[in-house]
Amino acid sequence: MKELKVQYEKVLSDYLLNQNESNLYIGQNLVRQLMKNNISPEDLVSIHKQSMENIVPNLPEEVLNSFDFLIEVMVHFGLKLKEHQSLLLKQEEIRIEMEIAAKIQNLLLETKIPKPNGLDIGMVSVPVRKMNGDYVHFMHDDEKYFSVAITDVVGKGVPAALCMSMVKYGLDTLEYANSNPSYVLEVLNRIIEKSVDDSMFVSMFYGRYDLENDIFTFGSAGHEPALYYNSKEQTFTDLDSKGLLLGVLPEIKYSQTDIHLSENDFIIMVTDGVTEFRNMKNFDSRTYIKELAKSLRHLSAQEMYDKIFENLNKLNNFRLTDDFTIVIIKKY
Amino acid sequence: MNVNVQFRAEENCIYGIIEGEIDTFTAPVLREELDVINLKEGMNIELDLSKVTYMDSTGLGVFVAFYKKVIKENAKLKLVRLSKRLARLFEITGLSELMDIETDKKVEPANECI
Repeated sequence: MKELKVQYEKVLSDYLLNQNESNLYIGQNLVRQLMKNNISPEDLVSIHKQSMENIVPNLPEEVLNSFDFLIEVMVHFGLKLKEHQSLLLKQEEIRIEMEIAAKIQNLLLETKIPKPNGLDIGMVSVPVRKMNGDYVHFMHDDEKYFSVAITDVVGKGVPAALCMSMVKYGLDTLEYANSNPSYVLEVLNRIIEKSVDDSMFVSMFYGRYDLENDIFTFGSAGHEPALYYNSKEQTFTDLDSKGLLLGVLPEIKYSQTDIHLSENDFIIMVTDGVTEFRNMKNFDSRTYIKELAKSLRHLSAQEMYDKIFENLNKLNNFRLTDDFTIVIIKKY
Repeated sequence: MNVNVQFRAEENCIYGIIEGEIDTFTAPVLREELDVINLKEGMNIELDLSKVTYMDSTGLGVFVAFYKKVIKENAKLKLVRLSKRLARLFEITGLSELMDIETDKKVEPANECI
């Protein structure tokens, strides 16, 4: 330390005599030694003050006091800087963990689109943040039935993702695609009501397709109604089914309804991220989607959702505000 | 984006006006504001939502949680003067069957509570 002080004083006095680049360079190179000796910035200011007192005798009181002031400021500055750096470090740790969690979620909740005979299925699900609060679950275990669940967890991010994993395992335990939608919703409601806190719940539209008779049976737990297009009559019907959100009250009963699908009929299932336009207060999104879908009816399910997503995303100025999911089932 | 609640208490009634947008960011604020209410048995709580310009499902979560709390204390909750858009949200989710909800009619809410 003493040696460093002498060295610093020498370098400083050289510089005061001649302010050239080479003297400045020597001073700058001292930093490495200072760091090696664990000299803090405030220590350096104190060394500087002592050196100045030696080099320039009778320095005005104000100048000396200003160094004391600087020492105190540097102490505080150093502390704040450390705090800031440790926060940055923590933030980075959290970011890495979130990324891993998102990867795990993607693996867990990966949806494979089945290809049952006679149906063309397409879907898109785009999360607004890293973790998706929407989830689509398909089941197709034999040639007789195919089922689909489209779900939306209230809230976003990690809590929603954790809740979603629970929904997925709930659906997995039901195992078969031929279960009645009303039964599926009742079972899931019990599971979620028991295990989730009061302000967390899930909306779900559940449909089962009887592949032999082309009958689609659906039930809804507080979910945005799906749209059914009847190609013969060229009309849309809302697949409305009043049922309470999953997880609000125990022992809720859900109803289910049958519809028959003919060639070229299709069903569009969405989450509220598709129909909700926050910045367009009087915009009737459902009518817009109906008209758009009608004009695209000659396309495949996949081409249809591509176009619908493209159009809605454009309307949202390419900034989604909520997780966005569409599933289209087309009878051919 | 902000949410703001103003309460007025009259005997066994609490009348609140909620103003602003309720979304993921403001919902915790609303929850805290509602949690301040000292619930008592038989109490009537009326929340005026006519000045809520936007609400997403997180907002619904706050009202459901509050509704459950109110029921537990044997008190009553009524949501009044909902815009069409808000009312639709409660209808689709099946909550309008469960909770006492009134759409934007020309009522004088203060008198109703007395």
